[in-house]
Amino acid sequence: MSRAMTTATSHAESPGLWVLAWRRFRHDRVGLVSFDIVLFFVALMAASWTGLIASDWAREVGVSNAPPTFTGPKVASARLEHAAAPEPLRRDKSDESAAVDPLAGVLAEIRASRPPAAADTEIVDPLADVLAEIRGRSGSASADETRAATLIFGGDKWGRDVLKKTIKGTETSMFVGLAAAALAALLGTVFGALAGYYGRWIDDFFNWFYSVFTSIPYLLLILSIAAVLNQKGTMTVILILGLTGWTGIFRLIRAEYMKHKVREYVQAADAIGASHMRRMFVHIFPNVSHVVLVQLSLHVVLFIKSEVVLSFLGFGVGVDTVSWGSMLNEAQTELLLGNWWQLAAATAAMAMLVTAFGLLTDAWRDALDPKLK
Amino acid sequence: MLAYVVRRLWQTVPTLLGVVLLVFFLFTWVGGDPAYLLAGKISNPEQIDNIRRQLGIDQPIYVQLWIFIKQIVSGDFGVSWATNEQVSDIFLTRLGPSLTVLVPLLVVDTLLAIAAAMLVAYLRGSLTDRMVMIGCTVGQSISILVYIIVFQYLLAYRLGWFPVQGWGNSFAENLFTFSLLPIIVGVIVSLAPDTRLYRTFFLDEINQDYVRTARAKGMSETRVIWVHVMRNASIPIITNVMIQLPGLLVGAFLIERFFSIPGIGREVLLAVERSDFPVIKAVTVYVAIATMITNLLADLLYKAVDPRVQLK
Repeated sequence: MSRAMTTATSHAESPGLWVLAWRRFRHDRVGLVSFDIVLFFVALMAASWTGLIASDWAREVGVSNAPPTFTGPKVASARLEHAAAPEPLRRDKSDESAAVDPLAGVLAEIRASRPPAAADTEIVDPLADVLAEIRGRSGSASADETRAATLIFGGDKWGRDVLKKTIKGTETSMFVGLAAAALAALLGTVFGALAGYYGRWIDDFFNWFYSVFTSIPYLLLILSIAAVLNQKGTMTVILILGLTGWTGIFRLIRAEYMKHKVREYVQAADAIGASHMRRMFVHIFPNVSHVVLVQLSLHVVLFIKSEVVLSFLGFGVGVDTVSWGSMLNEAQTELLLGNWWQLAAATAAMAMLVTAFGLLTDAWRDALDPKLK
Repeated sequence: MLAYVVRRLWQTVPTLLGVVLLVFFLFTWVGGDPAYLLAGKISNPEQIDNIRRQLGIDQPIYVQLWIFIKQIVSGDFGVSWATNEQVSDIFLTRLGPSLTVLVPLLVVDTLLAIAAAMLVAYLRGSLTDRMVMIGCTVGQSISILVYIIVFQYLLAYRLGWFPVQGWGNSFAENLFTFSLLPIIVGVIVSLAPDTRLYRTFFLDEINQDYVRTARAKGMSETRVIWVHVMRNASIPIITNVMIQLPGLLVGAFLIERFFSIPGIGREVLLAVERSDFPVIKAVTVYVAIATMITNLLADLLYKAVDPRVQLK
């Protein structure tokens, strides 16, 4: 029995870094709540990306600048204005006269001028088929186009639902933040590992590269790359942010590798014949991965903020893509008319995610590095 | 000291060369043929050849690089592609407005952040500390765009306390009329992150042994905090302020854009919109040089603040 006990204890593994970190993290209530909020946003992004929700965000479901439901259809005068304006418009559209046959006059003239003897050969309107199609389509469109006077979180200039737009914007902004942070973390880790591990001229080279990138202010560097690329798009933004944002991660990872490469376990790995690559990425990397994780989540926040500014200025995502930045751009003019809801929606969504992400980063740092305060 | 400065300047040469190469590479290979940008929609091969010859891009790469280096050294980047204004003139005329807004902004922000950070660091763990920290976290999570949009709308457009935007001719008018709201917005935006940062600097010092010793010797709290702690915490604070200095040259892009301040930041945004490469190239290179010089100045300042610092 005593032998069974000893084998049992000798087999009990000592908990690793991540297990210990998880144990500490579980007791951090603020961290857990922020984690849930971040997970909620990730789920939102995934659902929106796969088209489960908000796939019909571009449909114009409400009247132009429809106010949110809880404020009601605003003041009486505003209601009159809102309700009255689209009404005759809609009737016009469903009216037959909306699709006027441009040849009708000419045809009537020809028919009248012809001698009655030729009446048996009928003159066919060449546009008849097209007109029938147009009339049919406009009829069906106006049939289901009953625009709501209010929407849950209001509508934008074209009457699109702000809630769905915000969800779509969340998808874009978060995807950009996550992808760019992943790219920056990858570059920073690889460069930092090479520089810190090999040292000497490789270290000098990457340090030179680092000082070149950091001697140009961040926003100026981003703007000049945007000027050169001169094309908008989600991928462009991800590349710009990822390719310029690796410097901070590089510096930290390099220091970690310099610290770790002289430790005993790396010497042991060398003794059993592990290659340089194996020592770098199989032996050392797990021991510095917590630094990468914390930096990754720090950079997600930074890049989300940068994307918003870039898209606001018009150097970011394409014109047909919604992001929080493009929403804020529209909201700027809407606010002058007193339509605050798009501004509020984009701001609230962004503030919530950024705060949660920031608190989560702090919690992760506390859990992963208990020596730090 | 002099030997140190000379050596440091010498060390910046490779970095500077790297910046030049990076900018040159970006604008020559990635940027595409500027002749097509310049010639616009109506262009014939002859016109494009002409423009090429004028810009020197029909020359081999090393000649182009040499032209670029000569431009940097002489400070003559030619004329803006968009307005035909001399690039150096653009700089000189736009620098004033940028500095009028940014210098007071940096001074006010730094002083307020130091005071606030010292207060919350002193009251660490108390309700005040926690409320301020929560406020900073939430305040930091809101985009700078929202601050500018809302403050401009509320304080200028609705309440009419400040002009919505604009710029005058006299310095006093600019500083006390047109710059006030931009400065207020700028301070509010940068106060939260700076307070948080400086608080950690003070916290690092406030628990040190020398603070206890100073108190044990019967020194007053004011003297302990403002002389002993302050001087030791000032090194990272100086670093942080110096990092922001080259930004003065670039201007505050968003604030200048929103408030129509004719500064360098607004000029850079316009240049990016119009693909006005000479302006962007010049700004990037000169700001990089300014950054290296401020880094050197920061190191010299450390020596002045902390005699233990060895300049090697």
